Amino acid sequence: MSDAVIQSAAGRRLPSLSALGPLLALILLVVLGASLNDNFLSAGNVTNVLARSAFIGMIAVGMTFVITSGGLDLSVGSMAAFIAGVMILGMNALLPAMGVGVPLVLAGMGIALGVGLLAGLGNGLLVTKARIEPFIVTLGTMGIFRSLVTWLADGGTISLDFGVRQLYRPVYYSGLFGIAWPIIVFAIVAIAGQVAMRHTRFGRYCEAIGSNDKVALYSAVNVERIRLLTYVLLGLLVGLATIMYVPRLGSASGSTGMLWELEAIAAVIIGGTALKGGYGRVWGTVVGVLILSLIDNILILADLVSPYLNGTIQGVIIVFAVVLQRGKSSSA
Amino acid sequence: MTAPVLELVGVRKSYGPIEILHGVDFALRAGEVHALIGENGAGKSTIMKIIGGFVAPSSGEVRLDGRPAAYRSGAEAEAAGVVVIHQEFNLAPDLTVAENIYLGRELGGLFLDHKAMRAGTQALLDELDSAIRPEARIRDLPVSDRQMVEIAKALSRNARVLIMDEPSAVLTHREVEVLFRQIERLRAQGVALLYTSHRLEEVTHLADRITVLRDGAVVRQALRGELTEDGMATAMVGRDLEDIYPAKRHHAGEVALELRGFSVPPLVKDISFTLKRGEVLGISGLVGSGRTELAEGLVGLRASTGEVRRNGVPVRIASVREAAAQGMAYLTEDRKERGLLLDKTLRENLTLSTLPRFGAPFISAAREEEALTKAIADFDIRAPRRDLRVGNLSGGNQQKLLLAKTMLSDPEVVIIDEPTRGIDVGTKSQIYAFIDALAGEGKSVIVISSDMPEILGLSDRVLVMRQGRIAGELSGERISETDVVRLVMGTSEDAAGDAAQGSVTKGNTAEGSVHV
Ligand SMILES: Nc1ncnc2c1ncn2[C@@H]1O[C@H](COP(=O)(O)OP(=O)(O)OP(=O)(O)O)[C@@H](O)[C@H]1O
Ligand SMILES: [Mg+2]
Repeated sequence: MSDAVIQSAAGRRLPSLSALGPLLALILLVVLGASLNDNFLSAGNVTNVLARSAFIGMIAVGMTFVITSGGLDLSVGSMAAFIAGVMILGMNALLPAMGVGVPLVLAGMGIALGVGLLAGLGNGLLVTKARIEPFIVTLGTMGIFRSLVTWLADGGTISLDFGVRQLYRPVYYSGLFGIAWPIIVFAIVAIAGQVAMRHTRFGRYCEAIGSNDKVALYSAVNVERIRLLTYVLLGLLVGLATIMYVPRLGSASGSTGMLWELEAIAAVIIGGTALKGGYGRVWGTVVGVLILSLIDNILILADLVSPYLNGTIQGVIIVFAVVLQRGKSSSA
Repeated sequence: MTAPVLELVGVRKSYGPIEILHGVDFALRAGEVHALIGENGAGKSTIMKIIGGFVAPSSGEVRLDGRPAAYRSGAEAEAAGVVVIHQEFNLAPDLTVAENIYLGRELGGLFLDHKAMRAGTQALLDELDSAIRPEARIRDLPVSDRQMVEIAKALSRNARVLIMDEPSAVLTHREVEVLFRQIERLRAQGVALLYTSHRLEEVTHLADRITVLRDGAVVRQALRGELTEDGMATAMVGRDLEDIYPAKRHHAGEVALELRGFSVPPLVKDISFTLKRGEVLGISGLVGSGRTELAEGLVGLRASTGEVRRNGVPVRIASVREAAAQGMAYLTEDRKERGLLLDKTLRENLTLSTLPRFGAPFISAAREEEALTKAIADFDIRAPRRDLRVGNLSGGNQQKLLLAKTMLSDPEVVIIDEPTRGIDVGTKSQIYAFIDALAGEGKSVIVISSDMPEILGLSDRVLVMRQGRIAGELSGERISETDVVRLVMGTSEDAAGDAAQGSVTKGNTAEGSVHV
């Protein structure tokens, strides 16, 4: 084949139409929202939507890595509730010794990250060392975390001490240059995630493992460690999300973080990451998260359809996203 | 001359802006074996997929009995009697052999008649002299068995036109003989057959008619006896090929690798040998004799016991990473399942095992591109596009990419399992020259091969494995086909007689075209 055509360098390609699909949907939603309600584009509403997206968003970024490497984590919602419970109880317990102050809040944050790390490590070890299907492992831990937080709260609510809450509140309610802290943290997580997926070994290995873990193993990739790391990373991000979430309400209960796992997984899939693994798109996940919260927001603002139909609309969008993905793979 | 059963008229195929078939015409006749030969990437598999309804031509048409036959799916083509045995296996890995064979036309009414399907499968497998169990899962079968299942499945379809894309590439010699008997039976029954293979002696043996394809166009058509193997090779490549095996070198250096009492449970037991720098060590043996298991044990892909010394120092290797740290690399025989990520691009595949060299914490895409450019040049990888998914490369070019990927780690000891499976003659000689150059640089190479001429032509020394043990070692003048075959089959006179008979493709003794 002497006439084989090989470009000398790969030019930067534009994302394909199916990659742009979610972005177009997002733009459409913004236009729709703006035309339905004048308040939609107000600073207050935009901040509200973005800040509320931030928790699911951080978790969904971590979830992108887990799913890309061929895994799944159903436990993140109850894990968040559990972390919130332990964090609040920890801070309340440390209060007499440390007094109300920044160190106490920092200790609380440390607890949240530590518990998140351990929870992720637990999931990861069960998947990699005990070789149990991720679906089964995290279905199990989902129940465990949920029941633990209910037990800690004795069926009720765990509340943060009032004084501490006043000190901690700004972490959710204030920000930098008028941008709320959760939005800033989410943006940093998203950018770091995108860079990690595209430009580091970790991201490349996640895709390789999800694509074919035997090939990865034969290619000197430490498959178990990378898999374990994805769950640990996700646990840490759940911890981080909880840190941003607790000051909002200042309490945790058995229903905290309910169905977050489904929203996070849905955001990942809408964003174009392959559910069977092998291909991950972090910026797509961010778009997915925004789509989901915009639908919610528009339904509430516009008063066109009952907000109770939110789940229906989200469901339609998820199915539609998967159909789009299928179209892409069969045309290739 | 009978009228053609199936005809290709001006068939063209483009992927995007690139045309890979430029108007192909040929015809298949009842009761004839038609061989389609050509270099890797010439377009053979694409033609076969077009005939089988898996890929639509961009223009031109396929005619069955003179009528247009544009099937939209493999099932539609099968219903019309056009059956394809694919180069890539088309079996459901989690189903059993019987379930695969009856896939889409299960026996029974509301409830499946498992017994009848098992019995039918057993009968088919018996006809193929195969010991595969109908209840075995495809996933658990070695590649050669999977190929036999593909063949059994195709035979069960009562084809009028049977298309075979490199069916013999992964088969042992005995299995190839069984396949040939079936092909001859079908030919006698008036089936029209299309056959590809990079083993030209098979073409000489089987084909009534030959079509040579080069760069997506027919360059030569011939009847049985009109083309010698050299003639075929020249027509395929477009130039004369000299002797494809390099002259052997015999100045081996110090011992690079030494094994003592090395075992890879459960099959491989008590292996001891040494490997010197600058040496090519061939490992021969039947499929299932433990050659691949030995290699995988050596690079830490399987648990092993016993002593391994690298440059005289005892080492423990428990993973491919540790093997790489010892300068050892293994190129798998199973490029689709273990070698390459089929849905990723060339670049991502090339650098996967050596990614740390391409920058930390951020991978330098520019350096990766540079490495790819070099690999494409060094290994003559022919891809229509640089950002192609590897699954869309032709089989031979996948193999070259895998070789490039393995060599990127610059190993001192390279173990290559079936280096030229599915590779055309021209490329074969390139790969042989490459292996020779490695040895010339003082590296140590182990070649595991089921291709007898390859073992004989490349090795300074040959180890023969049988049932997980070393049956013998041959070096220098002692490396001869008869001796290797005798060791492969077992040492008793009877067995040797058997082997000698079974080992030679008809009428071609002198050239040693044996596939053990
Ligand atoms: N989906 C695709 N997109 C782009 N190019 C493709 C696609 N599928 C195949 N090709 C290209 O078409 C050419 C012909 O491939 P084909 O598989 O038919 O070759 P072949 O003759 O069967 O080779 P081999 O002997 O290696 O099996 C190759 O260059 C291949 O890369
Ligand atoms: Mg082919």
